[in-house]
Amino acid sequence: MEFYLSAVLLGLCLSSVALGIFISMKIFQIPDITTDGSYTLGAVVTAILLMHHMPVMVAIPVVLIAGAIAGCLTGLIHTKLKIDALLSGILVMTALYSVNLVILGRSNVPLIDISGIFTWLHLSAAASSDSFSELIVSVFVVSVLVAFLSFLLRTDFGIAMRATGNSESMTRALGINNDKMKIMGLAIANALTALGGFLVAQYQSFTDINMGIGIVITGLGSVLIADRLIQWFGIRPIALQLLMVICGSLIFQFVLAITLSLGVDPNLLKLVTALFVLAIVGAPVLGRLRKTA
Amino acid sequence: MIDLVNISKQFNKGGANAVSALSNISLSVPKGQFLVLIGANGSGKTTLLNVIAGSVQPSEGAVRFDGQEVTRLPEYKRSRWIARVFQNPLSGTAPDLSILDNFRLASLRTSSKGLRIGVTPDFRRVVRDRIATLGMGLENKVDQPMGSLSGGQRQALTLLMSVMDHTDILLLDEPTAALDPRSAQIVLGTADRLIKEHGLTAILITHQLKDAYHYGGRLIQMEEGRMLRDLDAGAKAALTPTEMFEWFG
Repeated sequence: MEFYLSAVLLGLCLSSVALGIFISMKIFQIPDITTDGSYTLGAVVTAILLMHHMPVMVAIPVVLIAGAIAGCLTGLIHTKLKIDALLSGILVMTALYSVNLVILGRSNVPLIDISGIFTWLHLSAAASSDSFSELIVSVFVVSVLVAFLSFLLRTDFGIAMRATGNSESMTRALGINNDKMKIMGLAIANALTALGGFLVAQYQSFTDINMGIGIVITGLGSVLIADRLIQWFGIRPIALQLLMVICGSLIFQFVLAITLSLGVDPNLLKLVTALFVLAIVGAPVLGRLRKTA
Repeated sequence: MIDLVNISKQFNKGGANAVSALSNISLSVPKGQFLVLIGANGSGKTTLLNVIAGSVQPSEGAVRFDGQEVTRLPEYKRSRWIARVFQNPLSGTAPDLSILDNFRLASLRTSSKGLRIGVTPDFRRVVRDRIATLGMGLENKVDQPMGSLSGGQRQALTLLMSVMDHTDILLLDEPTAALDPRSAQIVLGTADRLIKEHGLTAILITHQLKDAYHYGGRLIQMEEGRMLRDLDAGAKAALTPTEMFEWFG
């Protein structure tokens, strides 16, 4: 039970990353690799602030701004220097590794016995209630995110955001500065990703300089699962689409948890992750091939 | 309304494959005029339209709207004056967004897109009423994605979208090139009606001489980046279709 609960908790914490990827990948059609760096950046900033006994309500905006700056940089490089989005992301991600290392001071910082977001709610002194209060806190955070994003995407600004990724010639003709829109979109996406780092660092009680490696695949896999669900059920309301992204993140973590419980070597986890994402991406094409064969 | 002063445009300037698309064009389009541009492929019609829209920067010369210099203004800033309908029906609309969201964005062409929910029941009613004027039965489909419509339906809606906000200039770049004859007539008929109703300054590029004959006031024929013929409404009215066909003989 505890085993699956931790998959749910991790899935909820990482759904912030998935929402970020949903914005960059599905709304702006930009494959944003900055994610690996901005996720760790979120966790690093969290570690430093919480170690210095800063309240969570201060840490959250600082983490969001740090992630947003990383996203802005990728956006500026991509739009102003006309460099491929993928390469822009890789550049910022690479630079962030050093930045993160400098901020953190060493490669690993434990966050045990430090008051953070999950210590807000203490239902009882019993250790078993910890997971439950963590669940309540993470459900609350994710609900706030979904509510905020579903509002944002339905506003006039949100419609302009969605249109920019959809038809640039149209948005240009309608007075929208596409470059500015993309920079803001990447800022929002990476702010969400950094918030994912903030949540996971506190959930696992440590920040590690390498924790972001491959996280973009986790986010991407969640969004791809969500995309299948959205197509499958023909979901149009934006709030439900965002909920599907959360489901995608949960399903993704469940698959990984089940894989581990089957006794797969944890060293192979990244391989399993990559194969799983490949399966989601490739399944529809393989299905079609079999039908035509 | 539109003043072009000594506009020239060379592509790949100085290179081996340099092309002179526009040569020293001066053109003044008064407010409310419906100008039709014809000419063979490569004669510079679309470049001229793009210079006005701001998607192409002229190599030399100035562009003015209402006396105001706009030569260096990027396309998205010229949307204060200009609404566009593209040759490709896909270019003027966002396919994954609902018809309603497309109209909402069009209604904010000249203003900022803020953090408020603008798709209200009132707005929905306005859009439905506008769409009903097309007589295409699309007024009950406003929640469908734009991409589910045919090219003709999308072009007709793009036209309606162009007058959702204040518009001075309407640029139509072969809006019916991708359409069947019936849809083409609906789209041009709608354009003609909107131009008259809203007193728009309009420029239409077309390869259909029949349409050039039927629609618009002034007629300009372009050739190799120059204006070959410039007929005002009176001269154009005196023209016969046969004479026009002979220009291209």
